[in-house]
Amino acid sequence: MKNKRRFKSGEIPTSSMADIAFLLLIFFLVTTTIDTDKGLGIVLPPPGDVEIEIKKKNILNCLINSQGAVLLDEEPTPVDQISGAVKRRLAENPLLIVSVKSHKKTEYSDYVRVIDQLKTANAMRISIANSN
Amino acid sequence: MKFSRKTKISSEIPTASMPDIIFMLLIFFMVTTVLRESSGLPVELPKAKRIEKLKSRRHTSQIWVSREGLISIDDRLFNVSDIRHIMYDKRVSDPMITVSLKADESAKMELISGIHEELRQADALKLNYSTKTLVN
Repeated sequence: MKNKRRFKSGEIPTSSMADIAFLLLIFFLVTTTIDTDKGLGIVLPPPGDVEIEIKKKNILNCLINSQGAVLLDEEPTPVDQISGAVKRRLAENPLLIVSVKSHKKTEYSDYVRVIDQLKTANAMRISIANSN
Repeated sequence: MKFSRKTKISSEIPTASMPDIIFMLLIFFMVTTVLRESSGLPVELPKAKRIEKLKSRRHTSQIWVSREGLISIDDRLFNVSDIRHIMYDKRVSDPMITVSLKADESAKMELISGIHEELRQADALKLNYSTKTLVN
């Protein structure tokens, strides 16, 4: 018994080529994500030591030690509760300025966590003290 | 007198070269999409929730700070005290510049404050702590 060859033409069908190419094009267009930089924005004070007198009651001291523990106005506060505490203080006094002071050996991640918490509490006025 | 159409114009768009055109487009997009401009130092970025996107890439300058305290700008290593001059030049050529600080999560605050001070001196006041998104 002999098998008959059904297709005689030896050409590759090119009519669907366009569709395949389109598909590839769309695939690449969708999957390429241009990675955008994201992070916590902050504006530094202008150079020069300009002393601004601020009333003591308008300042909330936020101290970070080298272990990453936070002292919020003399009161040890777990990092994840800072935003709640600051929010409460802000509701009492909208003029509140949070002054963040960190130890020399504080890790950057602890500092970023605190800044993140302050941002979560919508504290717009953040002062960053020099740690040296 | 009757005019008869002499030439017969086919009304079809030639599709034979269609794949070529689309392949061209494909290759164009593949070539032009830059995945990452320059990789600085190996850093593990800290994580944060309240993040914002940097508006434009063109007005961004990156400072990389590694775990060991190395500082790299535009793929060159610098001391803390050099940042002032470099950032000042950058700031003069582009007043809208935002500095993206890509520091390792275990970098020490001593160095970060030093960079703050240098940036203040260079009048490059817009700073962004580059972070990853915190997922809980």
